[in-house]
Amino acid sequence: MREIPVDVLIIGAGAAGMGAALGAAREGVQKVIIIEREDRTGGILNQCIHNGFGLHYFREELTGPEYAERIKSLLKDYENVEFKGDQFVKAIDYKNRTVIVVSREGIVLYRPKTLVVTTGARERPMGGILLPGTRPAGIFTAGVAQRWINLENRKPGNRALVIGSGDIGLIMARRLTLEGIKVEAVVEKMPYPGGLERNIRQCLKDYDIPLYLSHTVVEVRGKDRVEEVVIAELDNNFRPIAGTEKVFKVDTLVLSVGLIPQTNLFKDFLRTDPWTKGIVCTSSGRTSMNWIFAAGNCTVIYDLVDWVTEEGEKAGKYAAFYVKNGQEAAKFPLEKGQNVGILFPNYYEEGTNLNIYLRVKKPMDRGIIRIKQRNNLLYNKVHASLMPSEMVNVKIPEPKIGVGDITVEVVEA
Amino acid sequence: MREEKLVCVMCPVGCRLTVRISYNHGSGNGEAVVEGYRCNRGIAYAQQEILDPQRILPTSVLVEDGEMELVSVKTNKPVPRRMIFEIMEIVKKTKVKAPVRTGDVIIPNILNTGADVIATRSVNKKV
Repeated sequence: MREIPVDVLIIGAGAAGMGAALGAAREGVQKVIIIEREDRTGGILNQCIHNGFGLHYFREELTGPEYAERIKSLLKDYENVEFKGDQFVKAIDYKNRTVIVVSREGIVLYRPKTLVVTTGARERPMGGILLPGTRPAGIFTAGVAQRWINLENRKPGNRALVIGSGDIGLIMARRLTLEGIKVEAVVEKMPYPGGLERNIRQCLKDYDIPLYLSHTVVEVRGKDRVEEVVIAELDNNFRPIAGTEKVFKVDTLVLSVGLIPQTNLFKDFLRTDPWTKGIVCTSSGRTSMNWIFAAGNCTVIYDLVDWVTEEGEKAGKYAAFYVKNGQEAAKFPLEKGQNVGILFPNYYEEGTNLNIYLRVKKPMDRGIIRIKQRNNLLYNKVHASLMPSEMVNVKIPEPKIGVGDITVEVVEA
Repeated sequence: MREEKLVCVMCPVGCRLTVRISYNHGSGNGEAVVEGYRCNRGIAYAQQEILDPQRILPTSVLVEDGEMELVSVKTNKPVPRRMIFEIMEIVKKTKVKAPVRTGDVIIPNILNTGADVIATRSVNKKV
């Protein structure tokens, strides 16, 4: 078996992995290798042909493929970075710090000084939401429908119902409509939409697609192909209310019911968050093993790809620091206070800036985000229109931060 | 008088705008008063959004002899929302020959909107 020593080995060449390569390359380590399952860089961006990416990172509105091409071009000046496509990671031996990768070249054993995990997320599948009824053809996750339409030139069906009003569901409702597939409705179990306000407007209102809040699918009917989908209204305990059923004659059901961080290769030896399922990280992107870093949707599900690249860059940079001096700094946990649903990172690592991402538990017209370290108030600001669907990013510069546990809470104002 | 709530999309801040539209039937003029903006782009956006909304249209075009069957495209400027389906009809009938480079103009000045349909990815020739 061929052995390849490398300073920084990155798994996944999506928005986070490309950012990580950039972060590591800039620090001047000798060798950075990115390995990727697909034949090209960009990851999921390649099939996200809609616009709305890059406003933070490139200060310009781009489509997914354009964003992917931009980061790729930022990397081409660095001779210490090598991209390898069509690669499959077979196993990681965390004790000996080796990674076994299979590809057309054969089997290669990498000996990385540091590893950066940027494996993204998977879609929650149909089994994940216990969909009642038969199991005919015509049920797709949004990402699969997107891949068919945008990359493979295949039409998933003629009349569709979309479950889940997250951004992917909304964007797919528009995309299906533009391609001549009639979207009957988008169905959301929560009493509020899961996606960004602008997507509600530009994907649903623009095309008169009804949005049923507090509704869910109670039955899928059809033998070989989906024929009908029945939805019903939900009460406050998320139980269907009898008599509120509506029947849609559709041949296609598109599921957009959430993303789950992809951690299969690592969950035996890296700590994951029981709530988000993401890899537990410090504010430098370091995981529970000091030589392994992680960034992007495998750590927490982000709203913006720009944030994913930024976090990737940071993880790459600190991975490079670790190659150069091998140090690990002290770390302090971040604790969720009231009204905080999702909080990332899990720890503050001394010597870094603290870039916090959070989601509130419930919608609030006004809320005060308060971040405290012992008795020291690090951040205390009123935020308007807080929604669980809209992730909030708060940046606290390193000089403000001392020692001790950090608590993040949102007080309704 | 009619009131509409909008979220400004000119930048990621996403200001919540309220537009009050009043009609002066005597003169035939209307007025759209915008509230909730944090910069002037918000006023311009809300007035445009109420009177004649504009959208960037991202979609795809068939490719001949390409390593992929489709090339993703977009209008390089926002086009009137009311014309989107008309534009899609033309886009669906369009075919290009590989290779295509990002930024290549696929359809110039589509339906006289002043916007070009441009490629948003590169597609190499099939080998």
